[in-house]
Amino acid sequence: MWRILIGPAALFFAVGAQAQEDIALKAGTGRDVVEGYCAACHSLDYPRTNAPFLDRQGWEIEVNKMITAYGAPIGPADAKTIVDYLVANYGSGK
Amino acid sequence: MISRRAMVAGGVLALAGSGSLARAGRAAEKSFLPQGLPEGVYDTATREALPGKRPLIKLSYRPPNYETPLSYFTSEITPNESFFVRYHLAGIPEEIDAAQWKLKIGGEAAGKQLELGLAELRSDFDAVELAAVCQCSGNRRGFSEPHVAGVEWGHGAVGNAIWQGVRLKDVLGRAELRPETVEIVVNGADGPVLDGTPDFVKSIPIDKALDDNTLIAYAMNGAPLPHYNGFPIRLIVPGWTATYWMKHLNSIEARTTPFAGYWMKSAYRIPTGKFPIVQHFVSQMTAANEPITEIVVNSMITAPAEGHLMQVEETAEIRGLAWDGGYGIHGVEISTDGGATWREAELGKDAGRFAFRGFRFPFTPSRVGQYRVMAKASNALGQTQAAKQIFNPAGYNNNVARPVTINVV
Repeated sequence: MWRILIGPAALFFAVGAQAQEDIALKAGTGRDVVEGYCAACHSLDYPRTNAPFLDRQGWEIEVNKMITAYGAPIGPADAKTIVDYLVANYGSGK
Repeated sequence: MISRRAMVAGGVLALAGSGSLARAGRAAEKSFLPQGLPEGVYDTATREALPGKRPLIKLSYRPPNYETPLSYFTSEITPNESFFVRYHLAGIPEEIDAAQWKLKIGGEAAGKQLELGLAELRSDFDAVELAAVCQCSGNRRGFSEPHVAGVEWGHGAVGNAIWQGVRLKDVLGRAELRPETVEIVVNGADGPVLDGTPDFVKSIPIDKALDDNTLIAYAMNGAPLPHYNGFPIRLIVPGWTATYWMKHLNSIEARTTPFAGYWMKSAYRIPTGKFPIVQHFVSQMTAANEPITEIVVNSMITAPAEGHLMQVEETAEIRGLAWDGGYGIHGVEISTDGGATWREAELGKDAGRFAFRGFRFPFTPSRVGQYRVMAKASNALGQTQAAKQIFNPAGYNNNVARPVTINVV
């Protein structure tokens, strides 16, 4: 039966417009750096939903994973800015 | 701005970026989320529809990660337009012409390298169909205690479909595999944004690849796969978590050595020996950890909804779905007193050992009060849901029963 259901019209698929990303991060020192690097590969709902349970070490592990495992070209100074921003705005406060 | 917003496939609430009306709307809208998730999910998640989908719970736009709201699970089969969406990397194909699609089969352990189009897949091999649960390894990660980093899934990174396609073993039969083949590596058309990001590539052990139930599917519930569920073909690995169910499948390679890619060696791993797993991925195991493989026995109450209000002597039907790693659901017990006492629910039709199994239980409270309703499934091996979460750093295999509150007035 399923063979009949797969008509020629269904054999081409175009996604068209992607959903809009309208994700604002909290204002704070380093937000532009976070937006510049992180949003290159993923929408900024990732840090927002992963909050507020990570402490400084937790955010360091995440940012470091983006650099070492996912190849994000982030230098040490910018990495520190990003971690500081995430700890201050999306951290557990510990 | 208007035109950009007009492109959004979601509802009005998803479009509103500011304004008091929007904020009030968003707050009221969050009843689609279960309790127990990280606070940030309640601030951020929205209900939005991708092309070809009903509004799902959007956890991330890019890569797209959208889960099925609990209220959509009204039958044992999850409709295509309700099925969850999960991608690792934001480079996902936007346009796919199935007529041009090629699946490459080869690798160093193959005696023959070949390429198949979709027409050949359909015409040259026996067509088979199978009902099977597709569950993201991280389903329910959001309930982990303590919370762990990742996509903060609630209940809905799972679904059950009838998959139609061909057996992977039949296709591999054309490639003249060497007897020393240990793993089959699968890749799909999605990929990373940066050159330095490892492409999402997975492997499965040769015995799983040659299992009669492991399929290359080109249809789902009698229709082509939705784009966001792997159009035009994906791998189906019944009983194992969805990390192996490669979407937009375009490459299959046989190997005589274990595949050492990031998504095998570093990601999707669980502590060795902590979970009741029968099928291990032996060639990828270490003393410390091993790849996640089987889906652990699990269930969810799909009705009534959290906070349901009813009267004394009224009857509510407690309904839900149970599933496991392919041994078959043996029974589901219901507690209406927070786990103190349990009674057997009635099971629905058996649609196969890899499928969702429905259950129902009539609940007629005789006293006013707040009731904590729980479901606990067990399978043919005697395995049951964990009473306490088995913590692991990635929040996998979370099958702790989650109570639903019913208020009797």
